[in-house]
Amino acid sequence: MFNNPARNDWMLLAGFSAVILCLPILLEPIGAAYPALMQKFCIFGIFAIGFNILFGLTGYLSFGHAAFLGVGSYAAVWSFKLFTMNAIPAIVMAVFFAAAFAVVVGYVCLRRSGIYFSILTLAFAQMCYNLAYSVLTPLTNGETGLQLTLNDPRVVDGLFFEPSAGLPRVDLFGLPISGGGYAGFYLCAITLIVCFYIAMRIFRSPFGMMLRAIKSNQNRMRYTGFNTRPYLLAAFVISGMYAGLAGGLMAATDPLVGAERMQWTASGEVVLMTILGGVGTLVGPVLGAAVIKYFENIFSSFDDHALHGVLGFLPNSIENPIVSFLSLFVGDGWNLTLGVVFMLIVIFLPGGIMEGLRRIWNLFNRRPGNRDAMPVAQTQPAE
Amino acid sequence: MPTRNVVLHVADVHKSFGGLHALSDVDLQVEEGTIHAIIGPNGAGKSTLLNVCIGRLAPDTGAVVFDGQVITGKQPHEINQMGVVRVFQTPEIFPDLTLLQNVMVPAFAKRDGAFRLNAMQSVEKRTDIRDMALHWLEDVGLAGQKDAIAASLSRGDKRRLELAMGLVQNPRLLLLDEPTAGMSRHDTNSTIDLLKKFKGRGMTKVIIEHDMHVVFSLADRITVLAQGRIIADGPPDEVRGNPKVQEAYLGGAH
Repeated sequence: MFNNPARNDWMLLAGFSAVILCLPILLEPIGAAYPALMQKFCIFGIFAIGFNILFGLTGYLSFGHAAFLGVGSYAAVWSFKLFTMNAIPAIVMAVFFAAAFAVVVGYVCLRRSGIYFSILTLAFAQMCYNLAYSVLTPLTNGETGLQLTLNDPRVVDGLFFEPSAGLPRVDLFGLPISGGGYAGFYLCAITLIVCFYIAMRIFRSPFGMMLRAIKSNQNRMRYTGFNTRPYLLAAFVISGMYAGLAGGLMAATDPLVGAERMQWTASGEVVLMTILGGVGTLVGPVLGAAVIKYFENIFSSFDDHALHGVLGFLPNSIENPIVSFLSLFVGDGWNLTLGVVFMLIVIFLPGGIMEGLRRIWNLFNRRPGNRDAMPVAQTQPAE
Repeated sequence: MPTRNVVLHVADVHKSFGGLHALSDVDLQVEEGTIHAIIGPNGAGKSTLLNVCIGRLAPDTGAVVFDGQVITGKQPHEINQMGVVRVFQTPEIFPDLTLLQNVMVPAFAKRDGAFRLNAMQSVEKRTDIRDMALHWLEDVGLAGQKDAIAASLSRGDKRRLELAMGLVQNPRLLLLDEPTAGMSRHDTNSTIDLLKKFKGRGMTKVIIEHDMHVVFSLADRITVLAQGRIIADGPPDEVRGNPKVQEAYLGGAH
């Protein structure tokens, strides 16, 4: 069963697709089965998969990936404003502009490696964030954020439809994408599956192998006859395109963009997602993205009242101190929970959630006969 | 002895670090298909010379000519693509990859060139690369551990792995920096046999070595460096009897 890598990959893809498409059923018990949240899981999953192509394979840690997300979102909303409310051209434009922007940023930042690369990308992203509020206001609409208005030209739509009263919705050949419906979720879910497939191909390709080798010993790569710069730039642009795609989908499901999408906290979030899930694994970043978005949306909605409800069976003298302690970790304090979980994972499971799952898997599959064979199997993250 | 092509010509190279003259007026010709040893006491400038040859250091004056082309000032990957491969003194391998992957990476560099965006191709389908890599792993005696992580190897095995990584590229010029340092006598002898095996197949080798056993069992020609200058250059027997060489070695030992 494990001797055929190609078949294993197809099984992984099939399993991943099944889980993603069945999310509305699977997430029902934990109260997360509503499209607006599930499409966030998918969008940030795409963002994190792309980020992991750069960070997981080459080891270059970018702290400015939210800039590409923002560029993608702005490009998509402009497509809605100028051309058509159809989601496809908007997403294509988002990816295209993010790619063009990534070529420029990558060309400059990849002149340095390590911490200097991280700082350069951070500086670029903060520059974009501040420009969006100042000089670029005609493009970004400043603090108000870029949004649809009744006066937008929408030239392509204008040729085919009579403009209706009120703001139009983003659609995909008639299916409503914006507004938090299931069509929006399934658009994001299918895009995520396609993105996952492409990432899997990259991981298994000679190109991916070269990126891993660059991470392992870049100096050796140069003396081995590889020009590492174009490899790094290609990885950077691919991950920028993933971020742009995520930004485009974000705009398609909710056509309103503010510059805060490009702030450094947003860039840091995708770093957290990737590390939490498992750097360099295929599934890990998606898991990390889902966990963080779940915490952000579900944990933050708990309050003292809900805790009293859960712990109501305890006598008051015990219940009250416990509730006041736990309330530090829920509601507005969800960041605290996330921080604690993140620290525990980094300290005890440096490979993230995926390493935890792998350890559990090994625990149940360890037979006396194959104990010795284990270390070999850890070469490739076994998804 | 018939005259052969000069494949590597180090022409009047001078290199100093601050006040230290690491290389002075070094002029060296390496003939095609030979094994050329460079020996000398510690600090004689041997490693500096190799670094100049592969483009890691730029000489102050002079030039390095490989196969009729000046290679000083070229990028390391360009020099490699011309067919010059270096094996380092401290093993430079890919510690996080498996042995097989370690040898497949240079095999890809040989087949596919300095850059190719083959992101949608599958490594599994490149059996040509895989077979090349396996062949060389077998030759250095590491095929049994092909799926082990390179970082787990002993120092001697890492050197043999790096040798396989060099040989898989079928280089025209192989530069070896103390290829047997840190190896047991048995491994040293098998490395000597391995290097002899590919003698005269259009592959030229330049070896820096301290171990005289290795030098005299392999070299067709020996150049002796001392304090950045060439003090002797010739066939092994001639160099062995040279009083200057004996003085440099014995004098340096005291």
